[in-house]
Amino acid sequence: MNPTMSTGRLTWPVLGVIVVVAALAPLYTSDFFLNVILTKALWLGVAAASLIFLAAYGGMVSLGQVGLYGIAGMAYANLVLADGGSGAAWNPWLALIGALVVATVVGLAFGWIAARSAGIYFLMITLAFSVLIFYFFSQVTQLSGFGGVNNVDLPGIVGDPESNPAPRYFVTLVVSVLVFLALRALAQRTAFGLSLQGVRDEPARMRALGFDVTMHRTLAFGLAAFVAGVAGVLSVWYNRRITPGSINLEQTINILIIAVIGGLYRLEGAWIGALAYALIDNYSREWVPDVGNILGSARFNTIIGLVFLIIVLVSPGGLVGIWENFRDRLRGRRRGGGATTTTAGPEAGPAPGTVN
Amino acid sequence: MSETADSSSGGAVQHGGDASARVTTSDVVEAPEVTGAGTRWTPTRIAFTVIVAAVVIFLIVKAADDLRQFVVVTLNGVTLAALYFVVASGFTLIFGLMRVVNMAHGSLYLLGGYLALKMQESWFQEETGLNLSLSGAGDAEYGLTGWLIPLVLATLCIGFVGVGMQQVFLRWNQGQDLRQALITIALSVIIADQMLAAFGGISKDIATPSSWPTSVLLPGDVRFGFFRGAVVLGAALLIGLLLWLVIKRTRFGKIVRAGVDDRDMVSALGINVNLVFAGAFFIGAMLAGFGGVLGGTMISLAPGQDAAFLLNSLIVVIIGGMGSLGGAAIGALALGLVDAYADVYLVFGGTDLTNYSILVTFALLVGVLAARPLGLFGRPA
Repeated sequence: MNPTMSTGRLTWPVLGVIVVVAALAPLYTSDFFLNVILTKALWLGVAAASLIFLAAYGGMVSLGQVGLYGIAGMAYANLVLADGGSGAAWNPWLALIGALVVATVVGLAFGWIAARSAGIYFLMITLAFSVLIFYFFSQVTQLSGFGGVNNVDLPGIVGDPESNPAPRYFVTLVVSVLVFLALRALAQRTAFGLSLQGVRDEPARMRALGFDVTMHRTLAFGLAAFVAGVAGVLSVWYNRRITPGSINLEQTINILIIAVIGGLYRLEGAWIGALAYALIDNYSREWVPDVGNILGSARFNTIIGLVFLIIVLVSPGGLVGIWENFRDRLRGRRRGGGATTTTAGPEAGPAPGTVN
Repeated sequence: MSETADSSSGGAVQHGGDASARVTTSDVVEAPEVTGAGTRWTPTRIAFTVIVAAVVIFLIVKAADDLRQFVVVTLNGVTLAALYFVVASGFTLIFGLMRVVNMAHGSLYLLGGYLALKMQESWFQEETGLNLSLSGAGDAEYGLTGWLIPLVLATLCIGFVGVGMQQVFLRWNQGQDLRQALITIALSVIIADQMLAAFGGISKDIATPSSWPTSVLLPGDVRFGFFRGAVVLGAALLIGLLLWLVIKRTRFGKIVRAGVDDRDMVSALGINVNLVFAGAFFIGAMLAGFGGVLGGTMISLAPGQDAAFLLNSLIVVIIGGMGSLGGAAIGALALGLVDAYADVYLVFGGTDLTNYSILVTFALLVGVLAARPLGLFGRPA
């Protein structure tokens, strides 16, 4: 499975405009929208970005990201002052560092085990990891409290989100932008990133050239674990609590859905997918008609499942893929309908082992 | 065995940089022929042997402590393994032939259980007059047919659901394993939500025929559940035997085995691969449904069981090796026993570590993967 990367990049001016529009959001949106849609979309986007980074540049579709962010979130919640959990009452910044270290170390260890398998095996192994972490926290109530760890202490910079959600939004926005830029620069500008892409496309040749394939995959997984850890801490800052139920299989799949809806092979797809997810999550309850028991305001999962199914069936590149196809078609027409540029969807080209 | 050629051209196995990984990789490649594999004492193998020996000694000590408890716990583990095997054998069959990771397997399991429950409740519930118990199901009396007919019908229904899934969504994506996995994940999300809508969130279970005893007395004064010990275990053995016969002795089985090794060649030989795929999906889904009815009777049916059994199937086949029936049996046995022992025996003196039992399952998975990245009986795709 060699997902071909799209060559298109989000250019600096476009990125600048998006960031400015996002930064001014508190001026033109309600507190509710800022909290429930934008802040949520940003931290979900960071979680999805860790998945997309691995998929796009490492060729590894990992379902372990929720488990890893759960570890970071639980570590943070246990290290600071909170109701439930071990309540070590550390300084929130120290706890943040501790949580990220734990998530990264666990990620490296996971990565070392999982990186030796590839493709669909990798997906299954990481899924098993993630669900096992959920069961671990469900069982070990010393760490997860009874009914989760609540009223988690936040660092001063986040302020008091109940009275003024803007500081937390800005923090999440800045972190998101940094994560995006750092991951993109690392994957496209560093020697490590380039050899990682080599490992993705031609593991056998890279090995023959003397690259340590397993180590590249392991390090990439550790890096993605760090990013997932960031998302985990942000999620705790967002919810002010963490429960085992918030890192279960459903959430694991939700993050995958976000990544796929946005576009599994473009980093910016993470936040696009997260925004779409948050919007559907919130507004589908209002506009979806009640059809007996089958469809209605309580059936959010059916709706998101259908959206996911349609995206997978119609556009493997997700919303970003749809947009790129559309743009290329426009350009192609303007040039007089020349060769259609290949916006490579993930499954473009002859699929290996096709029988039908 | 065609896999040697596959893996030398860089198949799924990653030749790791360290010596132990390289050795295990070559083990995987040559395993069926190399008889001397057991004599090579690599560090991984030594560590593995030491750990297994330590676990066995630990269990012997525990068994000497309280033999009756040990027997019950072991039986618990074996019967759990039986259920895991029934479900995971379907998963591994589908994967082995089609390279489809059916993430909706857990959903098919739960749906099978719910369908059987629905049939049992609506067709076979006899009024006993007194509805005293608050739980509802406790009062009802069921004959043997009240359990068997729902079992058969629900199993068949799930088989058809599986074939429908394969024909509508997966057939035209054959070969794109990631996309197929994503499609089945989407389906599992929808099915899980619809089941929640239709059957509610309360844990339910399928009633056994009232003519069956609840428990039987085994030699050594050990009482064990009749359904769990006799029916589930018997069914799993029967299914294992049937699958083995079908795979080894029938034309269909031959085609399946050939398809596992080289699908393109099989279709080039003029065999209707689509029909074989549909058949395999039918059987694989049926096994999930059948397991669902057994599990729904033995344990319970509730939202979340689908995720639990997807995880169990995943672990079983990751340990045993994807696509291998024998691997599924060994993997199920390992998982079932580890689950059962870890739930009881993780008490050291005064410290009770039983709520960390999931870590032992985790260690089992990690240990097997560290030594054999493709599972115990796994072969490169």
